[in-house]
Amino acid sequence: MIANIHIQNEDFDLGDEVEALSGDGTGAVATFIGLVRGDDGLTALTLEHYPGMTEREIARIAQEAQTRWPLSGITIIHRVGRLAVGERIVLVAVGAAHRGSAFEACQFLMDYLKTRAPFWKQEERDGTVDWVEARDSDDAAADRWRKA
Amino acid sequence: MNVLYFAWVRQKVGRAEETIEHTPALRTVGDLAAMLSARGGGYAEAFSDMRRLRAAVNQVHVGLDAILAAGDEVAFFPPVTGG
Repeated sequence: MIANIHIQNEDFDLGDEVEALSGDGTGAVATFIGLVRGDDGLTALTLEHYPGMTEREIARIAQEAQTRWPLSGITIIHRVGRLAVGERIVLVAVGAAHRGSAFEACQFLMDYLKTRAPFWKQEERDGTVDWVEARDSDDAAADRWRKA
Repeated sequence: MNVLYFAWVRQKVGRAEETIEHTPALRTVGDLAAMLSARGGGYAEAFSDMRRLRAAVNQVHVGLDAILAAGDEVAFFPPVTGG
């Protein structure tokens, strides 16, 4: 199984992506969508990334997920560029025979993507633009998947 | 070596990439960061606190002790904030 990984400016269609993961051996598709949240007067985000490394790092994360859970498909789409409040940022969709693997792998992929994939966000508020600081809580979320 | 900068590191140093010749003095990523910091100005600002920076060599996350070689692609950037 080869993970389907896209870094793009354009939006994506959830229905199309779920359909693409639905095959005879797939009994469950778990999806996560991240949106631009309009709190504290935020009006837009601008995302940049490290072309080349981003795709490789996400592929590594997807490979790791496949060694941990029996999966039938993985689709990860991450948007870059300027995104207004309410717009979709990221999709992680996982197909598996059963829901447990699909749910867990989806969360694992998202937690690792947050801490490993080289994306950076700028926030726009009242005409000012600031870089988003990384959060310790994201590191903690990824750390809990470490094998003892 | 091709050295790349992203996010506020790029803004502080004022460029997205540059070519830096690999020399014996630049044994590790930390050596390269120290050399860049010593340039002063925006470089000193960007590299003043290495705890705020992350690095990659040939598109793989590494620590400051990673060994450099001629032809490497080295990148400096803040902790990632995607998703």
